[in-house]
Amino acid sequence: MKMALIVPGLPHPLLCPERNEGWQRIRDGFAAAREELFAAKPDVLIIYSTMWPSIVGHQIQAHPNPEWVHVDELFHDLGSIPYRFCVDQAFAHAWCGAATARGLSAREVAYDGFPVDTGSVVALKLLTPENEIPACIVSSNIYSDRAESVVLAKAALDALEKEGKTAAAVVVSTLSNRLFTDFIEPGEDRIHSLKDDEWNRKILEFLADGRLEDVSQLSREIHRQVRVRKVVNFKPMWWLSGVMGGHNRFSGKVHAYEALHGAGGAVVTLTPSDAGVGDKEYDEEDVEVFGGDRGVLIAQGTPAAMPLPGAGAPPSAPARASVPATAPVTASPGGIIRTKTAPDPVGAYPHARRAGNLLFLSGIGPRTPGTNEVPGGPVRDAGGHQEEYDVAAQTRQVIENMSAVLAASGATLADLIDITVFLIDMERDFADFNAVYREHFEGIQATRTTIEIDALPTPIAVEFKAIAHLEPA
Amino acid sequence: MRTGEIVAGALAPHPPHLVYADNPPQNEPTAECGWETLRWGYQRFRKDLADRDIDVIVVYTPHWQTYIGTHFLGVPHLQSVSVDPIFPNLFRFHYELDVDVRLAKDIHDRARDGGIVTKMMENPDFRVDYGTIVSCHLTRPEWDIPIVSISSNRSAAYYSIEVMQEQAAVIGRATRDAVLASGKKAVLLASNSLSHRHFTTEGELPEDMTREHIYHHGQYLWDMRLIELMREGRSRELIDIMPEFIEQAVSEADGGGLTWLISALDYPEYAAEIYAYGTVIGTGNVVAGWHPGRAAGVAQ
Repeated sequence: MKMALIVPGLPHPLLCPERNEGWQRIRDGFAAAREELFAAKPDVLIIYSTMWPSIVGHQIQAHPNPEWVHVDELFHDLGSIPYRFCVDQAFAHAWCGAATARGLSAREVAYDGFPVDTGSVVALKLLTPENEIPACIVSSNIYSDRAESVVLAKAALDALEKEGKTAAAVVVSTLSNRLFTDFIEPGEDRIHSLKDDEWNRKILEFLADGRLEDVSQLSREIHRQVRVRKVVNFKPMWWLSGVMGGHNRFSGKVHAYEALHGAGGAVVTLTPSDAGVGDKEYDEEDVEVFGGDRGVLIAQGTPAAMPLPGAGAPPSAPARASVPATAPVTASPGGIIRTKTAPDPVGAYPHARRAGNLLFLSGIGPRTPGTNEVPGGPVRDAGGHQEEYDVAAQTRQVIENMSAVLAASGATLADLIDITVFLIDMERDFADFNAVYREHFEGIQATRTTIEIDALPTPIAVEFKAIAHLEPA
Repeated sequence: MRTGEIVAGALAPHPPHLVYADNPPQNEPTAECGWETLRWGYQRFRKDLADRDIDVIVVYTPHWQTYIGTHFLGVPHLQSVSVDPIFPNLFRFHYELDVDVRLAKDIHDRARDGGIVTKMMENPDFRVDYGTIVSCHLTRPEWDIPIVSISSNRSAAYYSIEVMQEQAAVIGRATRDAVLASGKKAVLLASNSLSHRHFTTEGELPEDMTREHIYHHGQYLWDMRLIELMREGRSRELIDIMPEFIEQAVSEADGGGLTWLISALDYPEYAAEIYAYGTVIGTGNVVAGWHPGRAAGVAQ
């Protein structure tokens, strides 16, 4: 990653900078940031816009040339914005694939007339007015929280590595976002409250010191203090710090900080540097793979019923109206479960079989459904020669396959009560396997037995066998 | 001049899935089926309006979100393609519609006089939000009646649900007064669902109905509570319970649509016709109609 930028998405600096000196200074800030950007020469500009909400996972703009005459739904009186952008389709595709591989729900959108959001339009018009750098834009899921945002960022890094490209990351967001709720004369614009202004300046002080991960760690507090609660949290700094490596080692520059109809808009650039204040301990942990903290992301068939925070029954509801912990299991006669979302069995056995309230899973390995490829590489080639392999990648795929079988059975990882693990090389692989296992099962606390064996039927290093407990059908 | 009339008011939710499943020629994607209960409900609502003279459809939409005041479409004719930013795979709809700017301006003025921050939207390049389009299309697929579209000022986000309700009620009263003064026969649409927690994944086939159900049982209970009040004509109780409902069921009524409708209908004490209830990607949706003339025993 060459550099990071934080820019506001409100249209005033683009459409009418002459009406307010502060709006002009924001525009000048864009120009200064653009100079740094062009000097850095990234291959692609990756934009995370807080003004493009999504519900079904994250959406990634993949139309090669989005084109429209845009009008902001709120500031429509400021004028229309014709645009034609250049999108890096290959990167968009790679990012979407990488996000999916890390457990996220993601999809590319490539439709004529798709409404690119005001923030992305403003950022691209002012940062790359002649489409000098191809872009890629990702939405902000309204329900996503830290883990999802950080994993989305890491997926972008995966995609860059795969494509062999460099990038600059752009967050489109104001700092404080409280607008005046009445129309004002341009000359009357100011930050909505002193409190918002003080918080904004504190954030900018951190950023000027290159302390991006520190700001990321403060995201929840910033949201509480200076954000109108339109969404669940202040996410862009989670994403930005994630995509920049999750540290404080940057050289930061605040090019402008001004009011935009009461909100705090700043143009900031961050360049990797060893001169920063450095890292100490962080409160919030790093996360590599998204396991679906709402449960619904795991299930392919029937989404698990997750308790809705704060949701309760209306006053007259009967007392017994509680929600079961898992969705009912649907299975074929005899309780036999087969699914196309997990790798095909290598013998005459099903993926799982239910008996009473217990679900028995057959041994599950790390082959990829459909292709039978082994993530992290097979342990031996077709000629039987030993190969280097990544047991952590294999373990992740095992868990993904197991999730698929459980989902097809109306269950989730959380329903597992006993797991047997087979490793072909305990000394070499146990630590790496165990670390991945911890990411997924620490909160589940299923009993576990780990056994070393000589070989498995396919060229894999790890296999799980498990038993789940289900609610009565 | 004749006295205006609110012919009917409806809670007319706007999931683009319903238009997608209907396969109208204006929409680019096509579907095999889906969400029939809700679509049949809209069909019955349309049937109830079929022999009524209607001059204008007034829609209050939560998907035109204006954080500064309430805005009104103020361009007489608008034509474009509406691509849903959230479900572009389902909804890419080519629309052409007329706006009753005169009525819109009168509602705007009356709301402003009632203390509401208001604005007319007069940019001809403006793209109409998909909430307006879906609710209007499902109510009148012929698109032969002009509309008034009212934005949703998100005062619930800035202040509180109670403030939002107060403001929506004022706009509802302004709407009622303007319609009556206009001499026109109007249908009012509150374009919102009830409970509004979505699933965040979508099947490969969006219309695969094996996946469709309410996100959470608590939401269903709340939705039924609201519907029960509608069926019994207890609209003031409905308004009273609204803040708790919105909070508990993450309801899209937070945009003010239902409150606006109830206010514009002058807090009806007659039963609403419940045409359908169904879920769309986990959210709870009801198509419910209030027919003031029918309640008053007017021959229709």
